[in-house]
Amino acid sequence: MNPRSNKWGWLFAAPALALLFFAVILPFAVAVGMTLTNQRLLSPNEVDFVGGENYARLLSLGFTEIPLKLDEGGNPLVSSAGEPLYQSLREIKPSPPEQASFQILKAFDWGDKRYAVLAKDPVFWRALFNTLYFVALVLPIQLCTALGLALLVNANLPGRTTFRTLFFSPVVTSMVVAAIVWTFLYNENAGLINRLLGLITGQENLAINWLGSEALAMPSIVIMSTWQGAGFQMLIFLAGLQSINSELYEAAKLDGANAIQRFFNVTLPGLKNTLVFVLISTTIAAFSLFIQVDIMTNGGPNDSTATLIFHAIRTGYREQDVAYGASIAVVYFILVLGVALLQNKLGGRRG
Amino acid sequence: MAFFAIDCKRICPGGNPGVRTGCYSPEGEIVTSPIRASRRLRLLTSALGGWLFFATPTLLYAQPVTVDLWRHESADAELVANLAAIERFNQQQDSWFVRVETLPQGSYTESITAAALAGQLPCIFDADQPVIPNFAWSGHLMPLDQLLPGNLLNQLLPGATGEYKGTPYSVGQFDVALALFALRSELEKFGIRQASMEAPYSHRELMEILQQIKADQPGSFPIDINSRFDGEWISYGYGPWLQSGGADLIDRISMTRADGVLNSEAAAGVALWYQSLFEQRLAERQPVDDQAFTQGRALLHYTGSWYAQQYADRFGDDLVIMPPPDFGQGPVVGSGSWHWAVSSSCDYPDAASDFLSFLLSDTEIAAMSDATGMIPVTGSAASLTRRYHAEGDWRIFYDYVRAYAVPRPETPAYPKISAAFEKAMLDIKFGRNIQQALDIAVDSIEYDIHRNRGYGFFEESP
Repeated sequence: MNPRSNKWGWLFAAPALALLFFAVILPFAVAVGMTLTNQRLLSPNEVDFVGGENYARLLSLGFTEIPLKLDEGGNPLVSSAGEPLYQSLREIKPSPPEQASFQILKAFDWGDKRYAVLAKDPVFWRALFNTLYFVALVLPIQLCTALGLALLVNANLPGRTTFRTLFFSPVVTSMVVAAIVWTFLYNENAGLINRLLGLITGQENLAINWLGSEALAMPSIVIMSTWQGAGFQMLIFLAGLQSINSELYEAAKLDGANAIQRFFNVTLPGLKNTLVFVLISTTIAAFSLFIQVDIMTNGGPNDSTATLIFHAIRTGYREQDVAYGASIAVVYFILVLGVALLQNKLGGRRG
Repeated sequence: MAFFAIDCKRICPGGNPGVRTGCYSPEGEIVTSPIRASRRLRLLTSALGGWLFFATPTLLYAQPVTVDLWRHESADAELVANLAAIERFNQQQDSWFVRVETLPQGSYTESITAAALAGQLPCIFDADQPVIPNFAWSGHLMPLDQLLPGNLLNQLLPGATGEYKGTPYSVGQFDVALALFALRSELEKFGIRQASMEAPYSHRELMEILQQIKADQPGSFPIDINSRFDGEWISYGYGPWLQSGGADLIDRISMTRADGVLNSEAAAGVALWYQSLFEQRLAERQPVDDQAFTQGRALLHYTGSWYAQQYADRFGDDLVIMPPPDFGQGPVVGSGSWHWAVSSSCDYPDAASDFLSFLLSDTEIAAMSDATGMIPVTGSAASLTRRYHAEGDWRIFYDYVRAYAVPRPETPAYPKISAAFEKAMLDIKFGRNIQQALDIAVDSIEYDIHRNRGYGFFEESP
């Protein structure tokens, strides 16, 4: 038999392929099938084929003007604070309970009128935005931190083994435990972070609401996630750094390159493959943000930390609407697949 | 019976921490094991039983039928008391041997849901009362009016039975209640009257009290309403405020309409009161712990009767237990705690019937109450307990349950209702427009009900 025949390759790959098929591909196919039905977790009703209804509910967007609330005489009503009152969406667009109704995704004033972008599932759109926001924040911060730490512990400094262990220790800590501890650290009134900042700035009653304000909740989770995850990327970067031939550095030194030039012209090109791998794996991990949100904020305040996975689990499992949860998961899968392919292509082209 | 005890110890090679389930020998000794090992060894047990059958046929008629039971890994006192009761049951008769497996509490409902889907439910299992209608509607439970005598069911407090469309599917040995805890000395210091069942605080009066304390101690949060908790606490703790204010989570007659109920003016009023607690900084949005009352940081704690033991130990006679605030139609407390249900796949309904009748006897209810401090669910059992007899110091909780209890809506839609209400209240806590938040909850609940063809309630409503 020709030793280069594909047969041997397939044979050796068979166990892994079988595992992939039964553990990933088959369940995914089942999930896709489920998204076309109204399957509930526990129900005596037979399952109906509903076509694209789940996706329509997930992705529908709309737009409307929101009129002012008027009294019987046709004059606009104002609140006790003197602000104009607007009609609720139920008054403008009464929707039968058989259909998922539109909700306000974002309202804005333009001129003297109020408009609103509507969505049938506004939490999905917020979750999508939050997920992308998290990825956009955490990727550069975590990778730069990891690379910086790797450079530090790779340098010939005293005690570097201790530091390697220290920087890596959050990775082996359970994420659940880390999230609970950080919830204490972030506490508005008694948390260590506010107390420390208070000491430094001299404001004794400093009360920054880290996890309780819409603007700060996601960045707080980013900081915590970086702390927890950077040690892992540091280790991979470290392996990459140590595989760079030291003769290259010597040659660069002889050519008169300074430390910064050596970093950009020797270290970074030498790390290219490592960088692409770390970038893709971190991106995928970042897209699946769930534990921190589930424990630290429960998606709040006002959905500002709800992520796609969190939304899928809340609807699919806790509310038992498993077909709809599967639809979110499918959209999530396509998104992650697209981003990974794109990164792979860009990463490959650069070389 | 004796050899079963030995078998069970063999079934569960112990010592592995972090396993998902446990096995209890009839002595109540805890021997944990991975579930698979226990399954595999269960076969061994029957093989061993077979061997004993041939070797010592005299044991045959003494061998009771093994009936499986699952329960959640609750607080220690409750678990130990329950295991002791099961042991008493196993000792007292020869027909049945109830074998216990415990599952972690955090994912317990998910576990029994998965078991129901897989057709693997044990004969008897416990479940949180609000999830019962979902299991009943799905056909996984046996109606208990066929298994238990009517006079036994009728003497129970309403919170001790779980119903779906008027048929009982679960029973509980105990209930819990909601209350306002305070210290007599602190109330006197501020010149605040003590609320009673005859004259509970109205929500306005309570708000004024909190503002008065806040004015005196600007940095403090005078009331702790367990806002650290999310999940079921929101519906259990704040749902009764709606009912007290003349609103509700869903229309109880049709069980299919939330519009005009959950988003009514009355509901919005209650939600506004709740939102003001946080906006006026009378309650903390995200407390760091549940020790605010114990450590004197909060003057009042609105919480469940399960805190009473801890507070009584610490504060003794200084502790005051008061009814929840009245939003207009009298105080309301939620009802229904952990219940026992019988799966429809159970091969031994007689065993389930015997076991549940045993658990609901006055002495057993009283034993559970004495061990855990929970509220007994019959009057005759209450008179046997240390704390709930007519002059007992916690009798007041029994009175609350009798006077104020409104069960959480008994419909399979409850998981959705609870999740939607939780989301609305969390959003309102962080300043979301109240009407908007409640409207969203109403829409999503009604859509869910329609998506599930009324959860069996459509054919009854016109």
